[in-house]
Amino acid sequence: MDYALILEWTIKAVLLTVVLLTGFAYTTYYERKFLARIQVRIGPNRVGPFGLLQPVADAVKLLFKEELIPQKAYKFVFLLAPILIVVPALIILAVVPWGGTVTLFGREIALGVADVNVGALYILSVTSISVYGVVLAGWSSNNKYAMMGGLRSTAQVISYELALGLSFVGPVLLAGSLSMNEIVDAQQGLWFIVLQPLSALICYVSMVAEVNRDPFDMPEAEQELTAGYHVEYSGMKFALIFMGEYVKMAAVSAIFATLFLGGYRGPFVDQIPWLGPLYLGLKVFISLGVMIWLRATLPRFRYDRLMAFGWKILLPLALLNVFLTAIGIVVLGG
Amino acid sequence: MSFLTSIGNGVKALVVGMWTTLASTLEKPVTIQYPEVKETMRPRFKGRHVLKRYDNGMEKCIGCALCAAACPADAIFVEASENTDEARYSPGERYASTYEINMLRCIYCGYCEDACPTEAIVLGDNYELSFTDRSQAIYTREMLLEPVPADGDPTPQKVEPGVYTRSIPEMKDPD
Repeated sequence: MDYALILEWTIKAVLLTVVLLTGFAYTTYYERKFLARIQVRIGPNRVGPFGLLQPVADAVKLLFKEELIPQKAYKFVFLLAPILIVVPALIILAVVPWGGTVTLFGREIALGVADVNVGALYILSVTSISVYGVVLAGWSSNNKYAMMGGLRSTAQVISYELALGLSFVGPVLLAGSLSMNEIVDAQQGLWFIVLQPLSALICYVSMVAEVNRDPFDMPEAEQELTAGYHVEYSGMKFALIFMGEYVKMAAVSAIFATLFLGGYRGPFVDQIPWLGPLYLGLKVFISLGVMIWLRATLPRFRYDRLMAFGWKILLPLALLNVFLTAIGIVVLGG
Repeated sequence: MSFLTSIGNGVKALVVGMWTTLASTLEKPVTIQYPEVKETMRPRFKGRHVLKRYDNGMEKCIGCALCAAACPADAIFVEASENTDEARYSPGERYASTYEINMLRCIYCGYCEDACPTEAIVLGDNYELSFTDRSQAIYTREMLLEPVPADGDPTPQKVEPGVYTRSIPEMKDPD
């Protein structure tokens, strides 16, 4: 066994998880500050200089909160559901390539945890697992509002997964492979967002719906359903669910950047491979900014309109896009 | 064709909305850094009560308890005592020796201010009223009296006999 290889994988996986978890905390900070600026106010600015320690304060608060499990809740599933929400969110990013290859300690190390040759399919399947977490969280709370919230969220997510999957087909056809690394390599000349604008749009909209973010956040509409499926959760379990949502936001932004915005590609990335993660990070940052901007601007979709939008508009458009892309490739590619 | 124009209208509305919110990031935030910076209240703000004084330092309150009668929440308690010329608190016959307002009962309606015949009790602009115990919510006369004005004397004052003979004083500052 090549122990150095195992060590390399372990270190990369641990590093990715650690970066994601601290990044999640500062994503909440970014959201609060940016949302505040759009609403003509300043966000948190008391806790540290410029409020930079606010996520730390939030984490400490959630750790010290009383962990309440309702008496008639189905306890095992109640405890399992947050794990089922968080873990798929974290492992999606295993297939996203963060950079080219660097040479460290005499080894060629690829800046990406795993180069699965069916990367896009892996992403779609793992996002589907987190759906289980949501509906189990709602059901095991023994609370009819949580149950309704969980069901609504599940219905929404699986509807938009169809459009999402079909919108992935565009870049896959252009790159000729499902592997994320090869999709990034195929964007050397031109980013796929230029060649596939419709697919990019459908992908982004579906991703916002997948993550249950505004304007698609009816299942956790704070004003209406009082937090929906996670209403009975408190303390660390709530922190895990919250974390799952924000990590999924970052993960889908990274996937969108990889598929349509050229991933880690940018100026001089071939000479300096360490610029790769920096470019991808910048694209993720901008994509998160757009998600926050959407949240600040748009009102919530009504639930039946949300479902109609997913099934009657996005799905046919995605199919149309696949059709046109395939014809285009046959006619032009030869 | 109208289908396309309706799509176009929708997209235009979306873009205009998004542009508006992005442009609002450039506006100066309206946040005030309370408690380091405090905003001034409007002129008729109904905050904590203040028992006013005349310019020479005498209290305006004559202990008539009309405010206690007018209060819809029964928050005011007044006990009056006779003024003597050696120890004169107000220019009338009596003064309020015990004056207590229960801030937990008070609804800040201002009826006491409307009922007062001498304009003694007014609702001022202090809104920072917090206490840790129910008994601390009873505000006494000493807590409610405003400070002595610059050219006045503190009460009780020693005055000439025969100056303040009216039981209800004139409604202007005594000389």
